[in-house]
Amino acid sequence: MAEIRAEMVANVWKVVAAEGDHVDDGDTLVILESMKMEIPVLAESAGTVTLHVAEGDVVQEGDLIADVG
Amino acid sequence: MLNSVLVANRGEIARRVIRTARRMGIRAVAVYSDADADLPYVREADQAVRIGPAPPASSYLDAAAIIEAAGQTGAAAVHPGYGFLAENADFARQVMAAGLTWIGPDPAAIEQMGDKIRARNLMERAGVPVSPGSREPVTDVAAALAEADRIGYPVMVKAAAGGGGIGMGVAAGPADLQAAFETARSRAERFFGSPEILLERYVQRARHVEVQILGLADGRVLALGERDCSVQRRHQKVAEETPSPGVSAALREQMLAAAVQAGEAVGYRGAGTVECLVDTDAGSFVFLEMNTRLQVEHPVTELVTGIDLVEQQFLIAAGQPPSFDPATVTSVGHALELRIYAEDPVRFLPGPGTITQWDEPEGDGIRVDAGYQAGNTVTPFYDPLLAKLCLYGADRDQALERARKAVAAFAIAGPKTNLAFHAELLTSPEFVSGDYDTSLISRLRPS
Repeated sequence: MAEIRAEMVANVWKVVAAEGDHVDDGDTLVILESMKMEIPVLAESAGTVTLHVAEGDVVQEGDLIADVG
Repeated sequence: MLNSVLVANRGEIARRVIRTARRMGIRAVAVYSDADADLPYVREADQAVRIGPAPPASSYLDAAAIIEAAGQTGAAAVHPGYGFLAENADFARQVMAAGLTWIGPDPAAIEQMGDKIRARNLMERAGVPVSPGSREPVTDVAAALAEADRIGYPVMVKAAAGGGGIGMGVAAGPADLQAAFETARSRAERFFGSPEILLERYVQRARHVEVQILGLADGRVLALGERDCSVQRRHQKVAEETPSPGVSAALREQMLAAAVQAGEAVGYRGAGTVECLVDTDAGSFVFLEMNTRLQVEHPVTELVTGIDLVEQQFLIAAGQPPSFDPATVTSVGHALELRIYAEDPVRFLPGPGTITQWDEPEGDGIRVDAGYQAGNTVTPFYDPLLAKLCLYGADRDQALERARKAVAAFAIAGPKTNLAFHAELLTSPEFVSGDYDTSLISRLRPS
């Protein structure tokens, strides 16, 4: 199980992957927005997605965004 | 003269406008969102009004809330700063309909220049050089492919209503064009509320050089020199300087004359900026766009001319002559601006946070326009600009030397900052030589 965490304080702009989706390494899971910049958050391995955020949420640095496993 | 002004902005630019207003004896009213209540500009204003929660759509973009704040505080005028509502013609009209003075050009000029396609067509008719590009909006991928064939690759794809480098992309050939077009269109809709896209021939080795213009109350348009803004990441400026090391005296004369023509073509009043691309190989330039407001990097022009541009904006809006004699404007020395962003210095990704230390450099030729101080929190809601570190020198070498020392002396802890990047830029042989172009950062940071 790989944990995907936020690298910075940001708003969750778009959730791209759906709960339970199978993703590959490099697929976009969610798109964060911080300081007028869009920051795609990518899967770092293949697996099934468990999401921990919803669109409109604010995440702090280090918060869990998703598990892929 | 105006006796009061509401500054419809935040951070460093609100603070900078408030400073000149107060020096001129104009009562300054600030507006703020919940995220900004503790920032220096809120305290330095004569009065401050909360206009809403942190997201820009509920605060700094809420025209009704801002006009209501002006009504509550009896402000006589509205200064929009840059960004947010500064280039929104409807907002300018609402301000005027409320009986307030708009510190900016006529809304018709904002509209003509705000649509990049219309602006290009207008400039072409006025005799200002433009690059090969779209004369009408490109509506789908098939039309984009046909248009790119006509213009010639590589092409730049951008939002007609856009700005700030957002959604811009380069396509080297037909294979890249579909993705560039779709990205530009989705961002254009999201950020600018209009899906209209234009294509322009992309110049490989180009400098981004702009001319400061000032449309006086009597109708004359002046050009107050150029600024070189070629140090960019993600098509956004990171450092600027004047004079441009890449513009000859003859080219400068042509560019300044073209900028005056551009301003005259729209009956421009107040401070504006005509942005151009200079082809470094050909030694020629084309019109890019006009920004119908005060520019972020206006301080470098102020440092070499001794003119306070915000003061001129107030005077012009009040129908008065400028504070200087247009016949005797001279530019002396060299000035740099380094944008201190809350972002990491390697990948340039945002790094908001609470500021635990903020020590500004001081000394000869140093000007700091800062939006924050120790104890403030930099939030993810707004752009990453923390401060503008500006340096003046008798020549470029002295300005660069002062810049190196000032960057080393600027101590910020808490959020990430790009100070380390500036230290690197100021010693990079390409930047120091003056012979650089808009790809400088991509060479310093090959991905």
